[in-house]
Amino acid sequence: MRRFFYEFSESCQIAYAQIMANKVRSFLTALGVVIGILAVTLMGTAINGIDRGFENSLSMIGYDVLYVQKWPWADNSRTWWIYRNRPDIKTDYAEQINRIIENSPRTELVTAVPQGVKFAAVKRGERQVNSVFIMGTTEEYPQVSTVDLKEGRFFNSTEERGARQVCIIGYDIADGLFPNESPIGKTIQIANFQCVVIGVIEKQGKFLGLFSFDSQVIIPLPVLKKYFGNSRDSRVVVKIKDKNRLVEAKDELTGIMRRVRQLSPEEDDNFAINEQQAFKSTIDPIKSGIALAGLFITGLSLFVGAIGIMNITFVSVKERTREIGTRKALGARRRTILMQFLIEAVAICLIGGVVGVMLAFGLSFALQAANFPAEFSLSLVMSAMLASILTGVVSGFAPAYSASKLDPVVALRYE
Amino acid sequence: MFMESRTLKPKGNLVIHIEGVTKEYKMGEEIVRALRGVDLSIYRNEYVAIMGPSGSGKTTMMNLLGCLDTPTSGKYEFNGKNVATMEDDELAEIRNKEIGFVFQNFNLLPRSTALQNVELPLVYAGISGEARREKALAALQSVGLGDRAHHKPNELSGGQRQRVAIARALVNNPSIILADEPTGNLDTKTSIEIMNIFETLYEQGNTIIVVTHEEEIARHARRIVRLRDGLIESDRLISEMEFAKV
Repeated sequence: MRRFFYEFSESCQIAYAQIMANKVRSFLTALGVVIGILAVTLMGTAINGIDRGFENSLSMIGYDVLYVQKWPWADNSRTWWIYRNRPDIKTDYAEQINRIIENSPRTELVTAVPQGVKFAAVKRGERQVNSVFIMGTTEEYPQVSTVDLKEGRFFNSTEERGARQVCIIGYDIADGLFPNESPIGKTIQIANFQCVVIGVIEKQGKFLGLFSFDSQVIIPLPVLKKYFGNSRDSRVVVKIKDKNRLVEAKDELTGIMRRVRQLSPEEDDNFAINEQQAFKSTIDPIKSGIALAGLFITGLSLFVGAIGIMNITFVSVKERTREIGTRKALGARRRTILMQFLIEAVAICLIGGVVGVMLAFGLSFALQAANFPAEFSLSLVMSAMLASILTGVVSGFAPAYSASKLDPVVALRYE
Repeated sequence: MFMESRTLKPKGNLVIHIEGVTKEYKMGEEIVRALRGVDLSIYRNEYVAIMGPSGSGKTTMMNLLGCLDTPTSGKYEFNGKNVATMEDDELAEIRNKEIGFVFQNFNLLPRSTALQNVELPLVYAGISGEARREKALAALQSVGLGDRAHHKPNELSGGQRQRVAIARALVNNPSIILADEPTGNLDTKTSIEIMNIFETLYEQGNTIIVVTHEEEIARHARRIVRLRDGLIESDRLISEMEFAKV
């Protein structure tokens, strides 16, 4: 064991001396690994960022809520017209559901909140934001939402029942319409009616520019009904007591909805109960697909780097055949020689890895500045280091093994 | 052919005992029989020169004696241990502990200092850093290079390099010192210096085997083994009277 330790430290010294003696060569070889690790690590930050984006979007959907909707979020087993021919979900269902919940002592559900949805332009003077997500809901909305307010407040039940024209606006709307002032107390025009801003939602961030929760306006449901009529895209959001008893809650809600819809036992459900999990299960394969393809492609560049290491280690073994012979004559065993060259290969890879990770760290900021999701993490640094060590071991093994197998008689007389 | 060595009185313990050793190589289609049945015994504190023209099997003999190679057939005992059938790593262990090599072209590691070169066998023997340095320095001092410990080989003269190599061969207290044409790359004056070191080492009780084709060098030994065509042609002791004449 002690002997192994001395041989190990000796090998490290040899590796250091060797790299110092062949600076240009070592640099060029390490460069291959730098590029490989850089590519893989950047891909890693992108995957992390995408993950975080999905996570954010999902948390906005909410972990402990069920959505009663016409269309399911994830189900490809049936044809689309079955869903299309279903009756629309009415916002009134919320009241009926709440009544049933109140009369069920052992219910898993807390409360049902209706949401009507429209898209409309929002204006203030010269400034205008198009196709804004307008949501009409009740004062209980904050219970089913994870969204926090940056300033102001949500509307209360008096404002809701009285159909007062007040609204809560998303961060981007606030930014777009009120670049230099607080929007609270100001009036904006939604489609053909006026609303007073009473609250601004905290910035949620957007995901790959697909959809931003920052560009929404929340108004009382009666106001939405008054100016837009009945929304075809209405839904009822139901908060549950315990997210670990999601299945039970879902079953209960299905029963309640069947009562509301007055379905006979032989009829199929003509509504969908959606939850975050179902959404997640459709997104996850896409996400892992992106990750796998990305890592494979960037992994190729690391592979090229590994070939460079293997090549240079073979050259190094060839050049130092006499030295290997001398070492063997002096009592170096096979594993000693093997270790010597492996450590050399790993050292170059580690240097490349460290530089690569540092470059990736810098570049990830540039990516973030360009609004691309990129997230650096400690585990990413660890895996990058592990990847570079592994690259060194894998690519250094063949040449190191050939060195360890050299016949000392031949090696000593090698010219 | 006479095998005087068999009738010689042993001076000390038997170190090397070879019996009926052969060695064959494949050179393309042809099989070269480098050694064709050799018997040889070397005792502690002998000073043996192994001589012979090129192609006589001298180099093969040196590889076998140095445990760098194993015989095709025959018996080879080193300090009573059968090395003829040993595996690579076992042979490495024998080379490390029992044999000190001195090569014609020194074979020093170019980027290491004299001290580091001398320390190398101790590293492979698993001796701790401090003890290593101490022993290596002592070995360098014994060949008169205590003040050159931190020089690299290219900062040393040929004779100094060979002395570093001798220090390296000595450092692990081996059973034999095996020198292969130790003066082949040196001028006459330096050669004498080196041979004087071997003489001193011999007087201190070391066992020395020198493989050479130079009569001048062989004359320093107390016993001369001559090889020809893979066989021992002669093996004789140099009497003190004969030695004194030189």
